[in-house]
Amino acid sequence: MKRHLLEAGDLDRDDATLVLDTAAQIESALAGREVKKLPTLRGRTVVNLFFEDSTRTRISFELAAKRLSADVINFSAKGSSVSKGESLKDTALTLEAMGSDAIVVRHGASGAPHRLAQWVQGSVVNAGDGTHEHPTQALLDAYTIRQRLGRLDGVRVVVVGDVLHSRVARSNVWLLATLGAEVTLVAPPTLLPVGVGSWPVQVSYDLDAVLPKADVVMMLRVQAERMNASFFPSAREYSRRYGLDGRRMGALPDDAIVMHPGPMNRGMEIAAEVADSARSTIVDQVGNGVSVRMAVLYLLLGGAPDSE
Amino acid sequence: MSMLIKGAKPYGEDAVDLLVEDGRIAAIGDELTVPGADVVQAAGLVALPGLVDLHTHLREPGREDAETVETGSRAAALGGYTAVHAMANTDPVADTAGVVEQVWRLGQQAGLVDVVPVGAVTVGLRGERLAELGAMADSAARVRVFSDDGHCVADPALMRRALEYVKALDGVVAQHAEEPRLTVGAQMNEGDRSARLGLTGWPAAAEEAVIARDVLLAGHVGARLHVCHVSTAGSVEILRWAKSRGVQVTAEVTPHHLLLTDECAESYDPVFKVNPPLRTEADVQALRAGLADGTIDAVATDHAPHAVEDKESEWASARPGMLGLEQALAVVVQTMVEPGLLDWRGVAERMSVAPAAIGRLESHGRPLAVGEPANLLLLDPAHRAPVDPAALASRSRNSPYAGRELPGRVVATFLRGTATVLDGKATR
Repeated sequence: MKRHLLEAGDLDRDDATLVLDTAAQIESALAGREVKKLPTLRGRTVVNLFFEDSTRTRISFELAAKRLSADVINFSAKGSSVSKGESLKDTALTLEAMGSDAIVVRHGASGAPHRLAQWVQGSVVNAGDGTHEHPTQALLDAYTIRQRLGRLDGVRVVVVGDVLHSRVARSNVWLLATLGAEVTLVAPPTLLPVGVGSWPVQVSYDLDAVLPKADVVMMLRVQAERMNASFFPSAREYSRRYGLDGRRMGALPDDAIVMHPGPMNRGMEIAAEVADSARSTIVDQVGNGVSVRMAVLYLLLGGAPDSE
Repeated sequence: MSMLIKGAKPYGEDAVDLLVEDGRIAAIGDELTVPGADVVQAAGLVALPGLVDLHTHLREPGREDAETVETGSRAAALGGYTAVHAMANTDPVADTAGVVEQVWRLGQQAGLVDVVPVGAVTVGLRGERLAELGAMADSAARVRVFSDDGHCVADPALMRRALEYVKALDGVVAQHAEEPRLTVGAQMNEGDRSARLGLTGWPAAAEEAVIARDVLLAGHVGARLHVCHVSTAGSVEILRWAKSRGVQVTAEVTPHHLLLTDECAESYDPVFKVNPPLRTEADVQALRAGLADGTIDAVATDHAPHAVEDKESEWASARPGMLGLEQALAVVVQTMVEPGLLDWRGVAERMSVAPAAIGRLESHGRPLAVGEPANLLLLDPAHRAPVDPAALASRSRNSPYAGRELPGRVVATFLRGTATVLDGKATR
């Protein structure tokens, strides 16, 4: 495992499998325990440096670090020195001077974690950067697929929605390809990046055509405001053409699953009856997120400070 | 006072001696001897006319922390330049006779190159109404090139009027071709790499659409148009077509677009963020071919100094632009001369003669011949060294060539017979 986790595209098959296996081991080690905590990162400090609001991701990382007995500091950009004009570099160096061992960063600018990794000594974990990547989301998605279907190799995954602006889609494309899954992206052409042809995926504009052959359908969050920039004419039309409702869910093979990284727009990209159905893994994904992030922090920080 | 340059090779051709007196080339011949003359040993060095840059950001007035007329002039002299056009996007904007005269005077005081101000096309670069172009043309600064560089004159009716109006001034509108509605939030070239990096794409069509529109307008009203920093293969095609139709259009390409591609963005290091963005390898090859065959008339640096804090950040919040004056000739040697696309006369044409003609500079871009102004440079083409940003004369450090080995070193530069650079060092 490298020092940082900046993008899913950096992980080779062995790295990625190690994260998933480690997450599974952690989960079984904690299963049935009264105290859900491992002493592994005692004395280490993890900073959650969040320049964008993301309560669920921040809480997931916070829980992951705390269950490994690390000290956790949450630094939110709002109301902080950042809003007073402090640069990303100065913020990072300040946190490091206070003794952080790892920085978990969420930032609105693509590549911000890569810049951070050049400035600090400790590990950097990308918790979502702009429209680039969100690698722990892809890892927890892969973990969830493997848990439910028992494999990743050859699994047919359909990713539906705003691929253009989605860091979740990018991370999933690279990680799933690395792990041997077959990915199909479905979106209106306006929400696919120019250059998608160079990705290791199939592309379709027709959701109904691909559903009967899908093992996994991953719905992406679509912001209704996108219609203001003419990415699609209206929320209703989007929902009609690309939303997953009960009728479409019925076209899926029997054991296919439905995923969503959250937060969902019920009624927009996913109908309530689908989100709450037995196929839905949405709640599993949240729980698995903690295990996978524990595995990532464990592998990057590797036990006690003096064991290196 | 006389100066004798011994053994230089004009345009890389046979070695001769050049005698410089009273700011002019007084004699050219073999084994000249002039008692009392200062002697500059130039054996093995290529002599070229002093370079002329159509596109320099000197940042003064307004951002003297990034560059001043003096530091930028020194960088220019070290790069072999004897004249630079100072872009109008200063603070205050160079949109009045007062500001362009201030910049011109600062250039005279620095005395390292002729600083030729570019006037803004529109008031405040806002693209709404014409600045007083005539007043700038008639001022001491003698403005002939007008540009809202950094901002496209996007309004087609306003562009048409600007093209027409400057005909009376023997001027030219230098257009930054970028359809703003197609580049909202754009960070890098739109293509395979932007898709993967999650950086908003700057489509080639946003440049090409404006160039296509502008060459049609220039042809229609019979005006001169100059296209700044052409960056795509499609733009080269449109220019080739327009020239074949007799449109009075000229174009420039930057050194960085001749050498670097959007692969550089993969580092997320904003030193590679620039407008127009670095494009693909196919674009680079088309630009080199266009410069070789004359579709692109000139190399212009778009030297854009930025303070550290404006570049040491995440990509999206960094300012676009990169340094160019001190490495421009080296990059042209590497990308054009060494592969055989241009000979030394071709370099002189593209980096001195053509830009001087576009800017209507009478004493620059002249041949190395007896009686001509002694604006020239001496280049050691055999020299190779990695670029060290800390060693640059510019006040800023945002060189995209840091650590890259480039060929050629400017050993000396002369402005009207006075050395501004000797032994590779600025004389003042």
